[in-house]
Amino acid sequence: MSRIQTTFATLKQSGKKALIPFITAGDPHPDQTVAMLHGLVKAGADLIELGVPFSDPMADGPVIQRASERALVHKVGLRKVLALVKEFRQQDNKTPIVLMGYANPIEAMGVEMFADAAKDAGIDGILTVDYPPEESTAFNALLKARDIDPVFLLSPTTDKSRVDIIVNQASGFIYYVSLKGVTGSKNLDIVEVADRVAAIRTQTDLPIGVGFGVRDAETAKAVAGVADAIVVGSRMVQEVEKSTADNVVVNLMALTAELRAAIDA
Amino acid sequence: MQLYDMPDERGHFGPYGGIFVAETLVEALEELRQMYEKYRHDPEFLAEFAHDLKHFVGRPSPIYHAKRWSDKVGGAQIYLKREDLNHTGAHKVNNTVGQALLAKRMGKPRVIAETGAGQHGVATATIAARLGLECVVYMGSEDVKRQAPNVYRMKLLGATVVPVESGSKTLKDALNEAMRDWVTNIENTFYIIGTVAGPHPYPMMVRDFQAVIGVEAKIQMNEIVGRQPDAVIACVGGGSNAMGIFYPYINEAGVKLIGVEAAGHGLETGKHAAPLTANSAVGVLHGNRTYLMQDEDGQIIETHSISAGLDYPGVGPEHAWLKDIKRAEYVAITDDEAMAAFHSLCRTEGIIPALESSHALAYAEKLAKTMSPDQIILVNLSGRGDKDMNTVAQLSGITL
Repeated sequence: MSRIQTTFATLKQSGKKALIPFITAGDPHPDQTVAMLHGLVKAGADLIELGVPFSDPMADGPVIQRASERALVHKVGLRKVLALVKEFRQQDNKTPIVLMGYANPIEAMGVEMFADAAKDAGIDGILTVDYPPEESTAFNALLKARDIDPVFLLSPTTDKSRVDIIVNQASGFIYYVSLKGVTGSKNLDIVEVADRVAAIRTQTDLPIGVGFGVRDAETAKAVAGVADAIVVGSRMVQEVEKSTADNVVVNLMALTAELRAAIDA
Repeated sequence: MQLYDMPDERGHFGPYGGIFVAETLVEALEELRQMYEKYRHDPEFLAEFAHDLKHFVGRPSPIYHAKRWSDKVGGAQIYLKREDLNHTGAHKVNNTVGQALLAKRMGKPRVIAETGAGQHGVATATIAARLGLECVVYMGSEDVKRQAPNVYRMKLLGATVVPVESGSKTLKDALNEAMRDWVTNIENTFYIIGTVAGPHPYPMMVRDFQAVIGVEAKIQMNEIVGRQPDAVIACVGGGSNAMGIFYPYINEAGVKLIGVEAAGHGLETGKHAAPLTANSAVGVLHGNRTYLMQDEDGQIIETHSISAGLDYPGVGPEHAWLKDIKRAEYVAITDDEAMAAFHSLCRTEGIIPALESSHALAYAEKLAKTMSPDQIILVNLSGRGDKDMNTVAQLSGITL
């Protein structure tokens, strides 16, 4: 069983939901990323989504765009991100890491070389935002051959037949985008999310994570009532943005602990 | 010879093009693809498009024999397809009329657009005003400063201009921001992309709307000289005016097709916008796979050209394909060479060309000299230079 499968299986046994915080690698500085990852785990993260900085993050709102820009000031590219995860793995061999990023840095490295390097670094899943299943069949096969899970987004506008196409290629878990728009948008409608998640469950046995609008303990708790995992992105990155180099780890841990408590309550 | 039939169902031109977008955009693109398929051969839709091109845009645009300039250059006869005479001053309006009419049929009351120099923004604001559509134009904040007159034109036409502060604050960032708006407001919004890039069906749809340029040119050349040109030359940023004139000529094997990119300060300096000529790596940006200016980490790098309309790190996927199959040839012209051609045409023919089109003119000059006087070059004069007065004056040390 992969780390992602093990994590979800263990949580299910104890009746808990997965907390998945997102941070961008290299934000605010690459020297702090590994400490931030360990801090997130210590404070209650079950799985971590790590953003790969990209110059043109089309699907992201202003908060995560700025995180990319801060990381790019330090020239943090895909190779550096993989090196940071490898360093994290020296002390943590349990917590799954899912990379979230765009196709171009992967293609620039070469898809096969990337798949090998990701395996070597201890990456568990890859969410390539602008690789829909139709354009990424070969890439997904490369990942699966290395026991890396290709993770996909489902959106409120994804119709039933397309959900089938996507869940056929996906493994690990499914990431349901709870609203129309970019990351960090407002107004998550929990009733609508519950309906959609229930509908998706009739088409797949994969765990379902919900994100793109979870901004506080209250929404996290509400989402925990309907999904298997709660993804918190822009809210985490905001915390990074308003912290200093000295207190960023502590602040992230406090926020994570607060979300953890809300989800478990 | 097998007839050219591109792209495939999912917008691929060989390995290029495609639909590389987040899942949140897939449904909107599918809706657009279906509606475009429905209307692209619909006689009523095509009649309305043709009517507006004639009565609102002023088509057909003439073809003009630049005789004095040809004599001065020495060599082949140079003919100009006068897209500069269109309403709003460039070829851009052909496409915005087509897409806006489609938006109307789809019942979308709001249109958005990205713009670099402002020509596509103005063309979008223009047709939006005529059709009574709400219009929002995204423009890099750097470009807002550089292109103040066009910003004002868009406002006069009732559009909202949103300065984009992210990334390099230029065209590519405006495109990112327009995509973000679209994904958030999909129900009521139509995104009018200005060039032959973006996810399928945009490269095909924009090409089809711009193909009126080449369709007219074939008829006109036949009328004027009784044959087709030996070479057709057009500038390439994203590549819409070039695709528009190339497309109807692709199956005419005797006609050379030449796309002219911006070499900026020179290809060797790295400060240019010529991904095809410089053989940049292939990658994925703005929804399609194509040649892209990027660093070794796959980050998109800043480009340079004196003409804002060519200042784009990628290129339409169909151009990438035409380069690979060698049906078109791609070359690059520096800022200085374009400026020289600009002045030369102004003084010799009484035509002030856009700086973008001046790149095509500069290469036509080079090529004409190697040809004989009975040979013919057709240049797509994609726009007029009124918008460039500030840039040109500044280069001469003059403040207007």
